[in-house]
Amino acid sequence: MVTEFTPLASTIGGMLIGISAVMLMLFNGRIAGISGILGRLFPPYHGADPGGAASFVIGLLVAPLFYTAVMGTPFAQTVSDNVGLMTAAGLLVGFGAAYGGGCTSGHGVCGFARLSLRSLIATAIFMGTGFATVFVMRHLVGD
Amino acid sequence: MRVVINVLAGLIFGLGLLISGMANPLKVQNFLDLAGSFDPSLICVMLGAVVVTFLGYRLAFSRPRPVLVERFSLPAAKKIDGKLALGAALFGVGWGLSGFCPGPAITSLPLLAKGTLLFVPAMLIGIGLVRLLIQTRLSSKAVSASATEA
Repeated sequence: MVTEFTPLASTIGGMLIGISAVMLMLFNGRIAGISGILGRLFPPYHGADPGGAASFVIGLLVAPLFYTAVMGTPFAQTVSDNVGLMTAAGLLVGFGAAYGGGCTSGHGVCGFARLSLRSLIATAIFMGTGFATVFVMRHLVGD
Repeated sequence: MRVVINVLAGLIFGLGLLISGMANPLKVQNFLDLAGSFDPSLICVMLGAVVVTFLGYRLAFSRPRPVLVERFSLPAAKKIDGKLALGAALFGVGWGLSGFCPGPAITSLPLLAKGTLLFVPAMLIGIGLVRLLIQTRLSSKAVSASATEA
């Protein structure tokens, strides 16, 4: 199914993500990596500031409600409801991001902004396996 | 004050994911579908986010310390190793299969799609597993260190 190319909305949305990342660094001295923030909700806690992580997650959860209130309609999304696929994907995303030390936000946005070679390589790898997975799923196996 | 900053940062981040369309897994999967219904929007998201973050970080790092805490907590890891590569590779497979990465998945929770309600607990289990692995490794290191001392 096709989705429309949205250069303006996507650039503005990206800039908001950037503003949030700058806020966390400027005020809290921390990277805006979502998998890292979620990881801080788990023990061991020393120096991890789980309260700060939980507050950030609360903000993330309020966002779609705020969006609905302003726009008048809820955010429209298409999510697969295949039980096996979504469970396996969740495990892979969670394990992979935590094991590889970051996800799209930590490596892809903050890592790039810090010119970290490590993050550059991680981003190239997950983009590569992401492209390959969608190719296999949509063009070899079929939806 | 710190709670306010954190909630606000989370809210702005979430709105960014929604406005940019990245909270729609179909749009992300279409970005990853070079051979099919390719949607390049994610490139604009990355550009917008990286440019603002790059410039804002200059400002943040020009200060001796962050505004609300004693020091910057930057990632200590410098090594490019198998752990980084394996983690990133597995992450990419899950990202392609679902169109979800951690931020969009969490921010999608209140929208209550069935797939999100399956994905998020599984993702938290995945993160928890790694934390458990790290903790076990740390405690076994502590045990072997105390054994050497004895």
